[in-house]
Amino acid sequence: MSNRIDVKKTYKLFINGAFPRTESGRTYEVKNAKGIFIANPCLASRKDLKDAVVAARAAQHGWNKATAYNKGQILYRLAEMLEGRRAQFVDEIVTVTGVTKAKAEKEVTDSVDRLVWYAGWSDKISSLSGALNPVAGPYYNFTIPESMGVIAAIAPEVPSLLGLIDSLAPIIVGGNTVIVLASTKAPLSAMSFAEVIATSDVPAGVINILTGKKDEITPWMASHMDIDGLDISGLGAKKHAEIKFAGAENIKRIYSFKNADPGRILAFMENKTVWHPIGL
Amino acid sequence: MGEKLTFEYAPAPESRALVSIKPKYGHFIGGKFVAGSKHFPTINPATEEVLSQIALAGKNDIDAAVKAARKAYTTTWSKMSGKERGKYLFRIARIMQERSREFAVLETLDNGKPIRESRDVDVPLAAAHFFYHAGWADKLEYAGLGTTPKAHGVAGQIIPWNFPLLMLAWKVAPALAAGNTVVLKPAETTSLTALLFAEVCQQAELPAGVVNIVTGDGSTGALIVNHPGIDKIAFTGSTEVGKIIARAVAPTNKSVTLELGGKAANIIFEDAAIDESVEGIVNGIFFNQGHVCCAGSRLILQESIADEVLEKLKNRMAKIRVGDPMDKNTDLGAINSKEQLLKIRELTAVGDSEGAQRWSAPCDLPGKGFWFAPTIFTGVTQAHRIAREEIFGPVLSILTFRTPQEGIDKANNTPFGLSAGIWSEKGSKILWASQQLRAGVIWANTFNKFDPTSPFGGYKESGWGREGGRHGLSAYLKGVSHE
Repeated sequence: MSNRIDVKKTYKLFINGAFPRTESGRTYEVKNAKGIFIANPCLASRKDLKDAVVAARAAQHGWNKATAYNKGQILYRLAEMLEGRRAQFVDEIVTVTGVTKAKAEKEVTDSVDRLVWYAGWSDKISSLSGALNPVAGPYYNFTIPESMGVIAAIAPEVPSLLGLIDSLAPIIVGGNTVIVLASTKAPLSAMSFAEVIATSDVPAGVINILTGKKDEITPWMASHMDIDGLDISGLGAKKHAEIKFAGAENIKRIYSFKNADPGRILAFMENKTVWHPIGL
Repeated sequence: MGEKLTFEYAPAPESRALVSIKPKYGHFIGGKFVAGSKHFPTINPATEEVLSQIALAGKNDIDAAVKAARKAYTTTWSKMSGKERGKYLFRIARIMQERSREFAVLETLDNGKPIRESRDVDVPLAAAHFFYHAGWADKLEYAGLGTTPKAHGVAGQIIPWNFPLLMLAWKVAPALAAGNTVVLKPAETTSLTALLFAEVCQQAELPAGVVNIVTGDGSTGALIVNHPGIDKIAFTGSTEVGKIIARAVAPTNKSVTLELGGKAANIIFEDAAIDESVEGIVNGIFFNQGHVCCAGSRLILQESIADEVLEKLKNRMAKIRVGDPMDKNTDLGAINSKEQLLKIRELTAVGDSEGAQRWSAPCDLPGKGFWFAPTIFTGVTQAHRIAREEIFGPVLSILTFRTPQEGIDKANNTPFGLSAGIWSEKGSKILWASQQLRAGVIWANTFNKFDPTSPFGGYKESGWGREGGRHGLSAYLKGVSHE
């Protein structure tokens, strides 16, 4: 048995529910902590980003229309699928980052639990932020949070799986669709998580995952006129000003986060106020 | 003379005796009026009469105002309990109510809007904003931002000329309630009610420096936006300037809220109550001369009722009384400035040249001042500039649709997302349409309604954040998880 040659996986992008290679044909080398070659993931291009935005925009209406109950169940399904493949994710995290098995196991456990936590917010977030406004007149007037649209996110380098979950789950639980740029140095968890997504009833285009260079892709995200918001938590603070400057062209909502909390969901939701007269 | 049977309204002019306008104003800094160095005239746009000379704030003035605001923040306002802060806001609300007629007359003289609107809308709503936010001052820990929400510090606030006093109230009331001090700049053409508000602050014995008012033009605004001593920027105005501000603050830690432009769709479905809809269309676009960021400037009309609605709309428009803003019968006042009038003329000329059909209500416009008759364009397509750009005047672009989905798609085909109107007598259709429309404020079977308890603000290029309600208050507090 020990003579068996491994069947290694080609790591590709995840766009519109499919696993395409980058149209640019570019890849980069990922090595483990000891400098040994592991994989050649895609170096996503501007065209790949554009394709992902088209997919995300097309999927947004349907995803937003899904009931909160349905969205919650689909996020929970992601947790179920991740739980079932724990061993693979632990192996990949250990291989790429060189952390202990115990530490990798904790990250996967936290990731599953975090998904479950976000899943539960789907039908509760509006009671946290919505309001019936007591206006001084005969009008029924309410404010509710609703999806912002297409959001892009830069996942942090580490933790590569938990950071990815925090990048995509709060965005989609609010009814948005997302394009996430995975950890550059440790992209394997993200690309394997795409397999979890593909088997979890998440409609095609709702989550799209790219791999590549932050410095190259983030400015493209910031200046893209069909991206409504951008989470730059995974981008070094020195780059924030440049990205916010570029995003001003379409008044893009650009934030970075330190914690997982409901504010992270609400940041990429818009408050809508509706008025209607009351009377006979 | 023909046999036309008309019932003319006798003029019912409001008296201007109540207001005393000084020949020259300075800035209000550190609780005192201080002289300005350079001045520019402010005029009554209905008559072109020069009302007063307004000071143009430069760098030294802004430095002084920010310094006064910082001092008031650190020594007084941030140390005061919310309960006591709130009482100052209640006092301000009451004094504004007491002096409401004076504010209304002054607003109409300086802005050109009908006295009926300044008296019945602008001023009462402004007082209501202070009254509402006064009650928040000692309840901030319940505003949903954790148990210890903190003020930002010094807020720089830049407001437009369309609702001068009301926009001041939208900015100052939540800022003060949340514990910030402010440096506020009114618009170049409409400084007078802000300067009268400074007197209200004095009468309320508001601690010196909590509210500072500096007057000037865009260059003054830029000094505020770029001042390193300011922690929070709040701006209401054009999307163009909003983008400049967003770029300017990108390298800073300043918190920003922006209320920007709009090109609101007002959708009339075939099952709407037609007469009410026509009133709603008129209110939507001709309220405040159309100088409203959330004006219903694109009428999206279902084809089956288009002819009927258009006929009734023209009839109704012919009855709009255009003229002296000080006349209590006037519906449509003066355009706020010559510059704005030229912009309206330019964009409507583009409407003609791009092939849309213009119709203006027959009315006699006064010889002096800045005037534009209520106007509609039919045959407008989505590509026309008058369907895409904010005209900010009494000009309505009319498009038609066949299926409800087509109506929604046309309504959403804009980079703006501030407001939208829906007219239908079918409840499920109204709720469906209100879900589909990508805008922050949806008026169903009504239009242009505002209230301090009701969050107002836009999607997409119409801005960042909300004003009014708990959502608006939170823009003046730290405690949110994101930066």
